[in-house]
Amino acid sequence: MKIIVPVKRVIDYNVKPRVKADGTGVDLANVKMSMNPFDEIAVEEAIRLKEAGKAEEVIAVSVGPTKAQETLRTALAMGADRAILIETDAEVEPLAVAKILKAIVGEENPGLVILGKQAIDDDSNQTGQMLAALLGRPQGTFASKVVIEGDSVAVTREVDGGLETVKLSLPAIVTTDLRLNEPRYASLPNIMKAKKKQLDVKSPADYGVDITPRLKTLKVAEPPVRVAGIKVADVDGLVAKLKELGVA
Amino acid sequence: MKTLVWVEHDNASVKDATLSAVTAAAKLGEVHLLVAGSGARAVADAAAQIAGVGKVHFADDAAYEHALAENVAPLIVDLMGHHDAFVAPATTTGKNVAPRVAALLDVAQISDILSVEGEKTFTRPIYAGNAIATVESSDAKLVITVRGTAFAKAEATGGSGVVEDVTGAGDAGLSSFVGAEIAKSERPELTSAKIIVSGGRALKDSETFEATILPLADKLGAAVGASRAAVDAGYVPNDYQVGQTGKIVAPEVYIAVGISGAIQHLAGMKDSKTIIAINKDEDAPIFQVADIGLVADLFNAVPELTGKL
Repeated sequence: MKIIVPVKRVIDYNVKPRVKADGTGVDLANVKMSMNPFDEIAVEEAIRLKEAGKAEEVIAVSVGPTKAQETLRTALAMGADRAILIETDAEVEPLAVAKILKAIVGEENPGLVILGKQAIDDDSNQTGQMLAALLGRPQGTFASKVVIEGDSVAVTREVDGGLETVKLSLPAIVTTDLRLNEPRYASLPNIMKAKKKQLDVKSPADYGVDITPRLKTLKVAEPPVRVAGIKVADVDGLVAKLKELGVA
Repeated sequence: MKTLVWVEHDNASVKDATLSAVTAAAKLGEVHLLVAGSGARAVADAAAQIAGVGKVHFADDAAYEHALAENVAPLIVDLMGHHDAFVAPATTTGKNVAPRVAALLDVAQISDILSVEGEKTFTRPIYAGNAIATVESSDAKLVITVRGTAFAKAEATGGSGVVEDVTGAGDAGLSSFVGAEIAKSERPELTSAKIIVSGGRALKDSETFEATILPLADKLGAAVGASRAAVDAGYVPNDYQVGQTGKIVAPEVYIAVGISGAIQHLAGMKDSKTIIAINKDEDAPIFQVADIGLVADLFNAVPELTGKL
């Protein structure tokens, strides 16, 4: 079977985002960009399934600007077989991304689509669930373990109180949580090889998807700032403060 | 506006996260609830007592026992025929179900709202809370998840809602529940605890973590959390993780022990009412957000503190 892995180019997770002075968004000029960390986990899982003989081909897909090709090359260097970029400079909301992915799934017929549970820029946590809905397929979200068993997949999910396992009939949609795996680093030879792998460039219009946003961002602001408080000299000082707070 | 609020429950009782979602929904208009479960009549009856609630739609079916999104989403979509907004708490259940509903309704979901600014305008955190976006929906219907720590809890009693039985299509035949490992603990849940004691990488190993943090937590009746570094180092399981990639908490008192204060951790706890930090490095970033700081070796300070409480 094929596995499709959508990946998103986002601000690197080590960079502290700065809100633009005019309140229109976050400043991304000259900021280091990387693959969304949850998507790296998704790529890794797909490659491991291929290495285990459960999948034949891993296709990385990204919806984004020309530079998202770099993100796709990273996925190819990790071990994906080919890539598709749906190129647009517009900000595409999760619902529209899900519609584009639905069209690609229609062409490729993958057994699994593995996505990161959320992108660390808009923190929406929607695309995988929306894709599953549009396809009428089951969803295993926030996965910490994925086991393919014949024509179904057992997904262990990270839920608020602990773990939960569900069984989904294939084809299915899986979204990744942190503990699923530790993504590999691409080796230099693989980075070189990735440059020669197939990368097709398409547009949202090729799939007949209207990407007009449904949400209008009126403003983006800094969160309220906490100011540092006081320091106590010793444990007795802390005990006194806890008593004042009424917790001791 | 008529809202439909997802009731989070375990087929026995209503979970607190529901109450914050009710408060958010009440700012939009009339509050109706949906209890989808199996043998969950007691939940529906309790939900009807929540202050300000009108109707409680109650769907009782074995297929709804574990809130599988494939089964409950079509039921919600049916009910949305005569509601204007679907409102779910941003729990793992809400986050799983709501986008499936939104896509079926062809609307953009607004995730994790912090405030209601107008009929279709909300604030929500982006970039792990490093920025707050104000967004306005242009869709005919709304699908929203609510950050529990941002809204006061509605009163659990005093309401006089009417329970109305509804039926849905039941099992969609796409998925089934296999089992759960829910951590059993005498301690309060992280996301609803009034006091949290969290440990970081400085705790060395899981034995030291337990020997140091747990007695203090027990003394205070507190929940126990951890930084991602402590989780990654294997001191505690992942469901202890507080931060951007773990749980978002906002207790009355948050005690950070041996936690340096990485951005990713601060994103999960900076809305706590009072933050207390114990760290031997006086330059640790945690002190920039702490209301009360103690610069000390935690291996001396924490046992001393536990002893003196």
